[in-house]
Amino acid sequence: MASEKLILSFPKNVVTKPIVYHVVKDFDLEFNILRAEITPNLEGRMLLEIRGKKDKIEECKNFFKKEGVQVREATQEIILDKELCVNCGVCVSLCFSNALSMNKDSFEIEFDKNKCVLCGICLNGCPVNALKSKI
Amino acid sequence: MPKTIEEINEKIKKGTVVVLTAEEIIDYVQENGIKKTAREVDVVTTATFGPMCSSGAFINFGHSDPPIKMAKVWLNDVPAYTGIAAVDAYIGATELSESEGMAYGGAHVIEELIAGKNIKLRSTAYGTDCYPRKEINTYINKNTINQAYLFNPRNAYQNYSVATNSSGKIIYTYMGKLLPHFGNVTYSSAGQLSPLLNDPYYRTIGIGTKIFLGGGTGFVAWQGTQHSPEVERLPNGVPLGGAGTLALIGDIKNMSPQFIKAAIFTGYGVTMFVGVGIPIPVIDEEMVEYLKVKDEDIYVSISDYSVQRRSKPTFGKVNYKQLREGKITINKKEVPTGSISSYPKAKEISLLLKKWIKDNNFLLTSPVSQIPTSGSTKPLNIVNEEEI
Ligand code: SF4
Ligand code: SF4
Repeated sequence: MASEKLILSFPKNVVTKPIVYHVVKDFDLEFNILRAEITPNLEGRMLLEIRGKKDKIEECKNFFKKEGVQVREATQEIILDKELCVNCGVCVSLCFSNALSMNKDSFEIEFDKNKCVLCGICLNGCPVNALKSKI
Repeated sequence: MPKTIEEINEKIKKGTVVVLTAEEIIDYVQENGIKKTAREVDVVTTATFGPMCSSGAFINFGHSDPPIKMAKVWLNDVPAYTGIAAVDAYIGATELSESEGMAYGGAHVIEELIAGKNIKLRSTAYGTDCYPRKEINTYINKNTINQAYLFNPRNAYQNYSVATNSSGKIIYTYMGKLLPHFGNVTYSSAGQLSPLLNDPYYRTIGIGTKIFLGGGTGFVAWQGTQHSPEVERLPNGVPLGGAGTLALIGDIKNMSPQFIKAAIFTGYGVTMFVGVGIPIPVIDEEMVEYLKVKDEDIYVSISDYSVQRRSKPTFGKVNYKQLREGKITINKKEVPTGSISSYPKAKEISLLLKKWIKDNNFLLTSPVSQIPTSGSTKPLNIVNEEEI
């Protein structure tokens, strides 16, 4: 049994539900939707964990691509370096999943890893490089 | 009874001065009213910590043996301007490294200088009878050089704008990364903590005013470039966009990298976070009227940065309370907000300056001269010599 975490980006015209349904039906894989979000562009983004036979996982990934879904392996993790962060808050406006948020009292930045869909949009938005992706 | 700066300074020396931050005074006025506040509070500390491109430092390196009249200078590969005396140079915050491009610039050199790090100095010259040397490669740090002072032609903007992007693609600006189809907005002012928003008509902040600059003390040197006091204002004096600005000067040798930080805006370039704190003496009741300003009283226009022109279309006004709540509405769409200046840092500076004053480590100054209360910016027109 192999398992992989994938970041899927769905353009506006691809419907997400039937796609995920194929994972089970056609490729005999187990899946777990870890996070799902709609971006400001109305694209869907999903962090999906799939488990099953290695060759089936590959086939499934190819199927996704054929259907117009962008597939990236979620090997990285986003880190907020508190030492470098100056608490400006510009990253908060870039994070549509609310993983980055501003404390309403102190206006300091908080990062909730569990809400992060690893979209990477925030990465080049931080002026002091306090947001990094870790492999 | 109006208070004089001298009277306030006497209280500072005696340890009886009452100092509040520009955030603290809001509730204080609410509870005590204008008259009582004017009587009881002596100083209000304001601050801001935002990216300010119009920043840089003059450095005098000292003379080598044999001496050189520097014609070109690089500091850690970042060009500095040396079309002045032999070993004087000006390193601008936004200048980019010749080897690393946008990953490193003048602001990084300044931050490292302040942090006490060694900086590689390279210079070339044409050589003269009095300055025969034609090349130099050496290292400097803040202890080896004669002088280094920040001289920022334009800082502490009195309000600014809110940036958004109506186009279909991501744009990279000095207001940060702007997502397509009104995907986000960014704003910059420290709002209720901001120096010139608490003294909107420059009654107490003027040329010669002593300030907190980058962790040390500095002074207001002049009105800043693009100082434009004649913009539309609300009845409370708050301008609806960028208005007054300040040119600031201060000794780099006393600064701290905690309050001067290099910044990179992807796709735009290098700039510098500058920490500025300005004390405002509560000279009379009129001053309290201005000092009680709070985020919800300060409005700013939303501009479309995807329009690459000098004047950009706007989408109405919002106040800083709405901006700080995290979401505003543009064309019936909810849009997340992000600040490019740091409110927590500004607050930290306002509290630090308050402490300096209370501990008798910082006396107030009267301005030597007011900064202009009239005038506006001129555009640059592209003309023939006959047309100008
Ligand atoms: S990668 Fe960044 S922007 Fe994307 S969800 Fe995670 S924290 Fe938010
Ligand atoms: S953009 Fe960078 S410095 Fe600003 S709050 Fe986010 S992580 Fe901190």
